[in-house]
This record gives sequence, structure tokens and C-alpha cells, in this order.
Amino acid sequence: MTKILEPKKQNSIFRRPSSETGIWSWITTVDHKKIGIMYGYAAFFFLLIGGLEALVLRIQLSQPDNNFLSAAEYNAMFTMHGTTMIFLAIMPISAAFFNYLLPLQIGARDVAFPRLNALSFWIFIFGGIFLYSTFIFGTAGAPEGGYLDEEVSWLGSAPNGGWFGYQPNAGLKYSPGTAMDFWALGLQILGIASLISAFNFITTIINMRTKGMRFMRMPVFTWMTFAVSFLLAFSLPIIAIALFYVTFDRNFGTSFFLVEGGGDPVLWQHLFWLFGHPEVYILILPAFGIVSEVLPTFSRKPLFGYAAIVFAGFGIAFIGFGVWAHHMFASSISTVAQAGFGLSTMVIAVPTGVKIFNWLGTIWGGKLKLNTPMLFSLGFIGMFVIGGLSGVTHSIVPADTQQTDTYYIVAHFHYVLFGGAMFGIFSGLYYWFPKVWGKMYNETLGKIHFWLMLIGFNLTFGPMHWLGLQGQVRRTWVYAKETNLQFWNVIVTIGAFIIALSIVVFMINWIFSKRNGEKAPFDPWDARTIEWSIPSPTPVWNFSTAPNVKSLDDFWHSKYDEDEEGRAVRKPTADQLLIDLEEDGLNPKEEIILPNPSYFPIVLASGLPLLGYAVIFKSIALAVVGVILILSGSFGWGTEPLEEGH
Amino acid sequence: MLMKIFFKFKNLKYLFLVFISACIDNAPLDSLSPEGPYARSIDELFWLTFWIAVIIFVLVQGALLVSVLLFRDKPNKPEPKQVHGNTKLEIIWTVIPVLILAFIAVPTVRTIFDLAREPEDALKIEVIGHQWWFEYKYPDYGITTANVLVIPSDRPVRLEMWSNDVLHNYWVPKLNGKRYLVPGQKTYLNLHADNPDEFWAQCGEYCGLSHSKMRGRVISLSENDFNLWINNEQQNALKLEDGSLAAEGQSVFLNAGCTQCHVINGVWDTQGDRIAPNLTHFAARTVFAGAALENNKENLTNWLANPAKIKPGTFMPNLELTEAEINALIAYLGTLK
Repeated sequence: MTKILEPKKQNSIFRRPSSETGIWSWITTVDHKKIGIMYGYAAFFFLLIGGLEALVLRIQLSQPDNNFLSAAEYNAMFTMHGTTMIFLAIMPISAAFFNYLLPLQIGARDVAFPRLNALSFWIFIFGGIFLYSTFIFGTAGAPEGGYLDEEVSWLGSAPNGGWFGYQPNAGLKYSPGTAMDFWALGLQILGIASLISAFNFITTIINMRTKGMRFMRMPVFTWMTFAVSFLLAFSLPIIAIALFYVTFDRNFGTSFFLVEGGGDPVLWQHLFWLFGHPEVYILILPAFGIVSEVLPTFSRKPLFGYAAIVFAGFGIAFIGFGVWAHHMFASSISTVAQAGFGLSTMVIAVPTGVKIFNWLGTIWGGKLKLNTPMLFSLGFIGMFVIGGLSGVTHSIVPADTQQTDTYYIVAHFHYVLFGGAMFGIFSGLYYWFPKVWGKMYNETLGKIHFWLMLIGFNLTFGPMHWLGLQGQVRRTWVYAKETNLQFWNVIVTIGAFIIALSIVVFMINWIFSKRNGEKAPFDPWDARTIEWSIPSPTPVWNFSTAPNVKSLDDFWHSKYDEDEEGRAVRKPTADQLLIDLEEDGLNPKEEIILPNPSYFPIVLASGLPLLGYAVIFKSIALAVVGVILILSGSFGWGTEPLEEGH
Repeated sequence: MLMKIFFKFKNLKYLFLVFISACIDNAPLDSLSPEGPYARSIDELFWLTFWIAVIIFVLVQGALLVSVLLFRDKPNKPEPKQVHGNTKLEIIWTVIPVLILAFIAVPTVRTIFDLAREPEDALKIEVIGHQWWFEYKYPDYGITTANVLVIPSDRPVRLEMWSNDVLHNYWVPKLNGKRYLVPGQKTYLNLHADNPDEFWAQCGEYCGLSHSKMRGRVISLSENDFNLWINNEQQNALKLEDGSLAAEGQSVFLNAGCTQCHVINGVWDTQGDRIAPNLTHFAARTVFAGAALENNKENLTNWLANPAKIKPGTFMPNLELTEAEINALIAYLGTLK
């Protein structure tokens, strides 16, 4: 079947690994599909941990003045919940989609730099492990001169300064111990992984498009990957510098953010949100892309206003760099700055609105097939609109000074990042499940998952709007009985457990369908983009011959014509075309050269957490070992033969 | 015009509030029941935006539901027309949001500047944030107090604020929005209550272990009562020398270590600031410990026995006081009216 040549034995020092199955094939892989799958599972694992942290928080808040958690534990849990969900769950799940789909959507055999891709993944894994090792090695305590009634437990020995790490509270004086160093250095490591991916994807999209895949013929998901990669490339350096400042302040006696040394704590807020607001779009744009694929497919209509959706996406990405201070309306910024950032925040609502109206235009007049991916995409629109509208109320600066730092904000961004990003992600997970595994998921369980999640989600985050307006402040370990906030807090906690139940349904569906699901037809959704023109599961070589793309939604147009009324008519040749495509896809006619696996990405990546530990434990030895690993990984990388098979 | 639109919705608003608050009555930190002009101007802006948002919400969710109901796949449903877009429609739904936002932007910008302006006849009060309590100073009267902010109800007050340690965020929801307290910088916030009343305050910004217990009370008094309060606060405490339980308490205060951090004017004066609340008129305050506790004997007993148990991370040490010492101290604190 396969025309891939067996690697020949060569007399190089570093022979490239050759396992195709088993653990070594995963550790040394440079295949974008395997890397995508690993990204997905790792991110889902962290999603579960972040979810458990949220449940623990909700148990604590179900009663006023509750003692389920100590203050130290509660603060560590909300910090880790936010950090985990953003950096270890949603971002890498998006990376999973980018990795798996991007080459397939542009007709490429892999990304531009396959080994760099593996390096990104392993740095992400080591960054995640490093951050979570805080529960073992980290320490936290009362601010200098303060007293605690009990020792901080292991649960409380995690970073506790909030995912936003506001200074000077997250500085050494007020957050002693090493926990916040794990946070700063962990994010630094994770940032490197994202930065490498960003450049890899930008290069891939510019250079690796197949014949005829002009920019304005690219699927919207690819466009959004492109936009996100630019956002990462421009925003991550900002937080990298700010995190170095924090690490230096905490470990080497500098005072970038310390007033007593001439620093400025508000500078941290500017740097953090100058990264942090683009980050919001880094989290949501992939979901925009997924939804823009799912809605047309299940409406059997093209995307309404393709160009408008693409340019709105880039408009959002661009304006996203000019709204950061709306996170700081109550801070010490000037009145003029308040007005300016209020207005820029209103402006960003316009392209966002354009997208929503275009999605509605897409389903309007269609023939909607309400499969699970479609349900999640429709749910996405409904929930994201709520998050968008509450977002507009934040741009009303005086109103925001009432809302900021309350549960109203918590409700808002969960409608955007859960109701938006996560619903989009689940839509994509179901939509591409047959492509990845060659099996169908269980539709009934999928629908149960959707409805449970929709109900649980709204029970959890709907009442939070009200709680916030009624005065429940964020990041508070306890609230007084007299504030009369208990009733809705109980509802919220019940909602959180319904979400957890829906995740269990999802996992059952995934595990059983992957093992015992029906064999997926080759094009189960009668889809539009070229990743559906190859067999399921995707063969290791993706496309047996490079596709020649003639239009937007090329695959659809190879199956359908339009009659004089403009209605889709299936071409008589369509059935035969699918049979031929499957036959061709499984049996490449020419020799296929794939990038060889490599040991060195994981070797290089393993040095980075050691450098982190070296800072934390002030150990030169660890630093030396880390540098040796990085250098030897780089050296091996540079000297290993490119294509051992030849 | 704005007010007119707002007024139209006013009845609806109350209907909505009654519906949603069926299970909550009297939330002291409610940001939707303004009791002063600053909070009210914010409230009006919020409801204006809220109802516009509700209209958009209904239209969009309605379009979504109608699409699903009308266009869901049925047997024998023909293939849809392949519509790729419609430039006119797209321009319309870009321009309409722009107009709506421009409509909201005008009163927003105006209110931003109105709220920031210093009122002419304002009383100046300094607010200093500490982990985890608010300190108040009245420079015109030479008064230093904590946890309870007393303001006149016949004129506005101008708070000049900064922090002694980390960021804090001062919030009296019924009187105005929030403003940060920043170390090394000054920020300002206006408060004005319609009537003599008591309000709750809360620190908004996460400020460490006991952030949730960094609370406050604001009491607004009529002109007369406010002047009486000022007169009382300006008095020093009297040194007790009568052998009573309270006098024993005074010697505990002076000898057990309390004076390291606390001041009682007339009994233990020091130069410069101390890191803990000034206790000269402790008994006149309804709450203590960052307004986390009501000022009563039971709470004081628990607090003095082990402060860190109530406020984790607190800078007040456990002085290992005996029961007798605690009782004496409480008796003494009760005399500091």
C-alpha cells in the first residue's frame, strides 16, 4: 500500500528514529496530526483539572462564611483555575485544531517546520508540568510581617496572586515563597511554545498553500489561525518582558513595579493587558473559525459574506491591541484615557456584530441539519451574543466602575470564553471527530451533552450577572451572610455540577465512539472544504497528490452545481468522484517524502523547566544541566541528517 | 431626550427588578439601588444601555430561533439557494451598530467627565488602604479613624486616596463606582448621599489573603449630627486611674504589646503613623477588624484570642492573652466612645 521508503541505515552519528507505532513513535513524531492529537489530549486533561478547581471554588461559595477551603487555598484555586483554563486548556486545544487541520485545509503535507512544531508541543507539556509542580515544590504564606493561624496546605502552595498577577501584591513582599515564581516562569515557558507555533503557522499559511489556494480561497478557520498567529507574535513578547520584570523583581532585587524602588505597579497592568486583551481574541478567534466552517456545512449554504467575516476577524485582531485599558477603568488612568478607551471598546463591537449578523445570514434560508456540531455552533451564537452585549455595558465607563471586579465581569467573560470559545471548540471536536478517528460519534449522547451543557452553563453563569450587580466581589473567599447573596450562589454551584456531568457524557461518548463507533463515511457531512476530500481517518501522507483548488469551498463545488434559481444541485458525477477520491487517497501513485521523526525537540524542550527550577532553587547546577540539554538538543537537531530515507 | 427614553423604561425596570429579586431582599452592596447623585447618574446610564442591549438581544436570539424553526431540515425540503452575501445588507448591519454606539457614547463621555469633576463645596477626606482595612483622615479637623467613614449628607465629599501597601479598590455601590488605591499615586472619588443612612463598602481589587474581609461602612449624618460627631472625635481619650476593670484593660493595652501598632490619643500618643487603626474612639464604631466583624463582646473575644483565625495573614499577632486580660481589654475598649 504505502510508497513511503523504509529508512536506510546510514553512518551518521545521530540516526533518526524510525518507530511508527508505540510510545516512541509519539515521543519522536513530527507529524502534525499526531502532534495535534497529543495537544488535544493534554489540553483536555488540563481542562479537567481546571474544571475540578472550579468545582472546589463553587463548593466554597455555596454557603456564606464557608470553611470548606482556607483563604490561602481559595486564592490558589482561583489563580490556578484561570491560569490553567487560559494557558493550559483553551490555547492548546486551539493549537490542537491548528495543528491537525491547518495543513489539511490548505492542501499541505505538513506544517512548514515539523520539528519546530514538535518542539512547541513538548515545551507546552514541560511548561504545564513545571507550573503544576508548584503543588509539590511551591511555597506560599502570609505577607511579610503577617500571621497565619495554620500552615498553608499543599493545595494552597500554588500561585495565589491571580492569573493577572497584579503588582505589588504578586511581588515577593506580599506573596512570599516560590509559588508566584512558578507562575511567572511557567507562563514564560508556555509563551515560548506559543510563539514558536505562531511563526510556524504564519510561514505555513504563506508558503505551503497548494496549487490554486489563493488567500481569498482559504477556509475561514485557516484565516482565523492566521489572525491568531499574528496576535500571538505581537502580544507574547510584551508579556514575556513583563514576566521577566516580575521574575527579576522577585529574585534579583530589581524594582520595576515596586514604588519604594521608583517603580510603578500600574505599569504592570498596562503591560499585562496590552498582552491580555489580544489574548482574549487569541482564545475566541479559533472558535469563530470553527463556527464559520460548521454553519455553512450544516446549512448547506455558503458562508454569508465570506470577505466581510475574514476582514472583520482581522479588524478585531487589530483593534484588539487598542482597547487594553478598559480593564483598568477604575485604576489610576486619566479621565481622557477613560473616555478614549471607552470609545475604542465600543468600536470593537462593530466588527464583532458584523460576524454575528453574517452567521445569521448563513443559516437564514438554509436547510439546517441539527447534528451535534451544528447545535454547539448555534449555541455558540446565542451565548456569545450575551457575552458581547454585556461587553458593551463595560464600555460605558461609569457603569463599568460599578461592574468591574464583581461577578458581573466573571459572568461576562465566561459567556465569551465558555459560551463562546468552549462551545465553538466542542462544535469542532464533534465536527472533525470522523476525520480524525474514522469513526462516528454517538449522536444521541452528543445531543445530551449539548443540552446538559447549555442548561448547566446558563445556570452557572447567568445568575452571576445578577450577583455581581448585587455586590458580590470577585476573588473573595467568603461573603457575609448579611449581603443576601446565598440563594443565587447555590443555583450557580448546582449549575457548575451540571456542567461537570455534561463533560462526563462527552468523555463517555468520545471513548466508546472512538473504540466502537460506526465506521465513518468518507464525507459524512457533505462538507465544503478540501480536508473532507481525503479518506477518514486521515492517511499519514494527507493528500496522495497535491490538490488543485479552483474556488472557495472547492470540494463542495466539485460535488454541486447551481440551477437557474441558484439552488444547489448534486452533480451526477459526484458519487463516482467520492469513490475515486477515496481510492486515490489511500493509494498514492507517486513516492511520498515525509519529514522524519526526531529525538531532539523533546531533548531541547526538557532543558527549559530546569532553567526555571534553577531560578527558583537558586541552583547553578540545575542551570548548567538545563543549558547542556538545550545546547545538545540544538546541536543534535542541527546535525541530524535531513532525510535518512535517501 | 435621554431622560425621556429612560423614563419610559422606568416602570419596566421595576417590574424586572421585582421579578429577579424575588429571592433577595435588601442586599447592602446592591449597585442597582443608588442613594446619591453620583451613583444615580451611573444607574441611569446603565439602564439606558441595558434596554438597548435587551432589544438587540431579543432581535438576535429571535432571528436565531426563527431560523432554526423555519429552516430546519425536513423530508423533501429542497436544497437552499446558494446566497453568497448581500453588500447592501452588510453595510446596513455595520452602520446601524455604529449609530447605536454613537448614541450611547455621548452621554457616556459626558458622565465620565461629570463624575471626575471636583465638587465646589466638597469636604476633603483622605482614604488610605492597608492590608486589610481602610483608614480615614479628615485633614480639616485633624481626625484619624478607621473602618467606618462618617460623611455629612448635606454636601459632597471628595476622597483623596492612596495605598500603603498593595492595590485596593474603594467601593460604596450605593454612592458611586469603584476607584483604585494605588501605592505612590493619588486617586480621587466623590461621594454624596441623599439622606442620613448607613451604607456598606467593600474592597474590590484582590489584595491578598483576607481581601474578602476588607470591608467598610459609610455613615452619612445630617449637618448637626456630623458636627457633633466631629466634636467628639476631636476629644482625646481620658487616662483611667480608678482601679476598675476598664483601667486594668488600659494597663493590658499599654503593656501587652498593643502599643507597637495602635494609638489612643491622650493615652498612648506617638509621632508618625502606626500600622494599625487608631483606637481613640473605638467604641463609637459599629464594626472593627476591617469591618469584617460587628463591634460586640463575643466578636471581640474571638478576635483578641486569635486574630489570624478570623483574618488570615493579618498583621495583628496572637498575643496569647489570658481570658481575664481579654475581658479587661474589652471593658477598656468599651469606654473609648
